[in-house]
Order: sequence, then C-alpha cells, then structure tokens
Amino acid sequence: MKWAALTVFIIFFLLVTVLGFVAARWRKGDLGHIEEWGLAGRRFGTIVTWFLVGGDLYTAYTFIAVPALMYGAGALGFYAVPYTIVVYPIFFMILPRFWSVAKKHGYVTASDFIEGRFDDRLLSLAIAITGIVATMPYIALQLTGMQAVIAAMGVGGEWPLIAAFIILALYTYTSGLRAPAMIAVVKDLMIYITVIVAIIVMPMKLGGFSHIFTSAQAALATHTPKGAFVATPAQFSVYGTLALGSALALFLYPHSMTGVFSASSRKVVQRNMALLPAYSFALGIIALLGFMALAAGIHTKSSNAAVPLLFLKEFPQWFAGFGFAAIAIGALVPAAIMSIAASNLFTRNIYKSYFVKNATPQHEAKVAKFVSLIVKVGALVFIIGFPQQYAISMQQVGGILVLQTVPVLIFGLYTRWFHRRAYLIGWIVGIVYGIYMWGTTGYKSTTYVLHLFGQAMPAYAGIWALIANIIVTVVLSLVFNAVKVGQGEDKTTAADYYTEASM
Amino acid sequence: MDNTQPKKKKGSPWWYLLVLVPLIGTLFPSFYSSVSPELWGIPFFYWYQMLWVIISALVTSVMYLALKDS
Repeated sequence: MKWAALTVFIIFFLLVTVLGFVAARWRKGDLGHIEEWGLAGRRFGTIVTWFLVGGDLYTAYTFIAVPALMYGAGALGFYAVPYTIVVYPIFFMILPRFWSVAKKHGYVTASDFIEGRFDDRLLSLAIAITGIVATMPYIALQLTGMQAVIAAMGVGGEWPLIAAFIILALYTYTSGLRAPAMIAVVKDLMIYITVIVAIIVMPMKLGGFSHIFTSAQAALATHTPKGAFVATPAQFSVYGTLALGSALALFLYPHSMTGVFSASSRKVVQRNMALLPAYSFALGIIALLGFMALAAGIHTKSSNAAVPLLFLKEFPQWFAGFGFAAIAIGALVPAAIMSIAASNLFTRNIYKSYFVKNATPQHEAKVAKFVSLIVKVGALVFIIGFPQQYAISMQQVGGILVLQTVPVLIFGLYTRWFHRRAYLIGWIVGIVYGIYMWGTTGYKSTTYVLHLFGQAMPAYAGIWALIANIIVTVVLSLVFNAVKVGQGEDKTTAADYYTEASM
Repeated sequence: MDNTQPKKKKGSPWWYLLVLVPLIGTLFPSFYSSVSPELWGIPFFYWYQMLWVIISALVTSVMYLALKDS
C-alpha cells in the first residue's frame, strides 16, 4: 500500500466531492427544470465552457489508454494528436449553427433538432439510441482508468470504485451539469500541473528527449508484434482515417453536444473552437508518457498500468498521488457529463416522444435525474461484469456508431435536400456494415482492410461505414425526391441558424 | 414567423476553406513519417505534429477573427 500517495489522493478526491455538492448553488437556477439541471440554464461563458468541453476530451481514457497504445504499439497511438488538431477547425464551422438553432427552439439534445428539422420521430429515436449506446461503454472506460490508478496504489477489489461512483451519482443527481462544470476547473488545473511537472522532470531523470526516444525505439523493437517507432507505410491510411473519424465523431457524442448547448452565446462556442487547441499540445505530451515509460524500463503486462507505474517510479510518492487524483477526477467529470447527456436523450427523445407526450419541464427533470442514476449503475455493472479488454474495443465501436449520425446531423444542418427516409436507411446500412466489419476481426480491431479494384486498403471501419452510409443516403434521396415521398414539416427557418449571430 | 433575419456577415465564406489547411497538413502521414530531421532529439514525426497543433490553432483564430459575426 502506497500510503503517502493514497493520502494525497483521498484529500483531493474529498475536495472535489464537496465542490460537487456546493455546485448546486452556483449561478442558482431552478434545478427542477431540465434546462437548468441538464444544461445549467445555457449560461456558461467562454472560460467555463472551455473547461467543460475540455473535460470531455481530457478523460482518463486519454491519460491511460493513449500512452498505453504508445507503450505497447508505438507511433500508432500518436494519432490522437492529429485527431485533436483537425477537430476544432472542422467544428468551428458547424457548431455555431447548431448552438443557434438549439437556442432558438430550446433543443436540449441533438435528437430534438432532428425532430424539429425533419418532423420524424423514428429518425430522432435512431439518433438518440445511437448516442445512448455509444455513451455507455465510454463511461465504463472512465472506470477502467480509475481502476488502473487505484490498483497502482495497492488498493484491491471493486469497492473503491463503487464508492467513488456512488459519490459521483449523488452529486450529479443534486447539482446536474453544474457539478462537472465546477469540478472540471479544478481537475484541469491539476492535470496541467501534472503534465508540466512531467515534461520537466521526466526528461531530466531519463537523460533527455534524445535518450527517451532512443530507448523507446529499442524497447519497441523487442515487442511482439514489433512496435513502430514512426508510422510505417502500412499504417498510413489507418493513422489518417482514425484521426479523421475520431475528430468527426467527437462533437457529435451526446456529452460534447451537452457541453456546447450549455454555452451562453454563439460567440462563446466560436471562441472555444479557437481556444480549445491549447489542450492538444498537452495531449501530445501525455501520449509521449508511453515512450517515457518504455525509457524508464517499466515492465507490465497490462499496458493500462504503464503511466501509473511510471509516476510511482519517477515522482515522489505524494506527487504521484496528486497525479493519480488528477486522472481519477479526470474520469469523474466526463462520466458525469456523459450520464447527464444520456439521460437527457432518454428523457426527451424516448420517454417524452413515446410515453408521456405532455411531460412538463419539471417532470422531465425528475425523469432525467433518475435515469442518470440508472445509466451509472449500468456502466458499473458493465465494468465489473465484463473483462476490460472488451470495454476498450467497445469504445472504438462507439466511434463507429456515432459516425453514422454524421450525415443527418451535419448535412441536415445546412440543407433539406437529403430525404429523411434516406437518412434513416443510410444510418441502418452504416451501423450494420460497421458492426459487420468489426465482427470480421473477431471483435478485436476496428481496422478493416477493404479490397477494391484489386487494391487492399486498410482504414478505420468507422470511415468505411460512413462512406457506405453517405452513398446510400445520396442515392435514396435522389429516388425519394423524384417520386416525391413525403418530406415532413421543417419547423426551423433559415434565420434560426444565425440566432445571435449579429449581436 | 420570426424577426431575426440573418445579417450580412463581415467575412467572406471563402475563409472557411482554411479548414483544409490542417487537414492536408496532418492526415497524410506519408508526408511526415520519418525520423530525421530531429529537433532536440525528437524525431521529425513527433515534433512536426506538435508544430501543427500551433499552426492549426492559429488557422482557427484567423477564421474566428475573419468571420466574426459583428
């Protein structure tokens, strides 16, 4: 048992727990209303939004799994960097429109938008289910990260995880989105401190960058299969498509959407797309922790343990405890936002759409709070019941699923030319094809080698599925528009997409 | 139905094409997957991508300033 590390860890954990409950009184609103509980009344300014959306990106998964991939497989793990490079300029164009139309019509979820735009409950249900299903394993993964640091401190068993999750569930229930927003500020400061100290201390202790890279190269060569020091030609298309696919999916995940919708103005959203890349630089450094672990001679079968073991080896124990707390709290914030986002989706687009049509906002808030508890219990069962390896591949599949909402959510934001039925069928094709490709690898890998015109083209399955989805959507739209299948009523107007644009 | 007419924006929509710059710069590792030239002992593959974090942030900032709604 690492007592010094554990003590520091627990102190910081308790600190954010108190914050989580205090958050209920922050910028006080009626927490019995779903827009207050689930979107904090759309009142977050540039800075809070920066922390909140950054909290979505900077998860325990990033801190544990990206360096783990670098540690195990080498250069491929670095795709997380181009992924976070391209994501902001792309969504700089898209999200302000989304925010505006959501503000104008009071949309809480992406599916609300689909229902308003296409007058199609089935399509909106499809998008809601995709979001909820893709979110569950993502929450479970946050737990995997937490488990890795708790285990590194010598605490065994499931109970610390269960205790942490009960605390998380309680303050999310009482404070709603305000809790993760407030905690995100503390968490990010802790992560930045950890990263800055790591980038100074590690090269000093490990003999400089040059030595870190040379020893990582030597260590990777001994792995089976051999790790790549820089991307190999066979990895090029996989590297690029993984980065692009992950980027396109990121802001369409329900929890990112929640972060964006809670912004107080259109300008806050735009400004954030220009400010958020500050995170990407730290992400690159975090990824390199995998190589630092190799250089430090860390040997572990479970690559998830690489970073925690590196911290324990190279930092004084109390500081390792601080870093662990940063990672664990970094797991709680997104887990809270994700469970809020999933329960918003369930409440608005399944419960209200199909069961209690005249639910008041108060009634919605009550259901959403309750469902947020169920979602977390579900994730907990998931992590305790299934082996970890399974959860990690499920996360990659989460990306494949979310990518299939790209056509309807992004094209739909600009044009109504595409037909609502075509979107639905395209979505089905994309989901089925994506899962099929994943299945052909024995549910182990999300890279699929497509053979076309005598060429073998390996790429992220999510991108292949998205291409199939788009082709089907375009072709069927031509057909449905030609035979004039009913289009449904568009409740939005062109001006709605510019709400507050001229202020 | 509503009175918020889309105001004419200051910037030309052509500025949005800037989005292609980071996409071209980073999504094709065939252009940059090499060890040399090294910088402070860091292989080209790694420092090149870190450099693009800064370039992409600048590009997005230029888009923000050029397309500012007011």
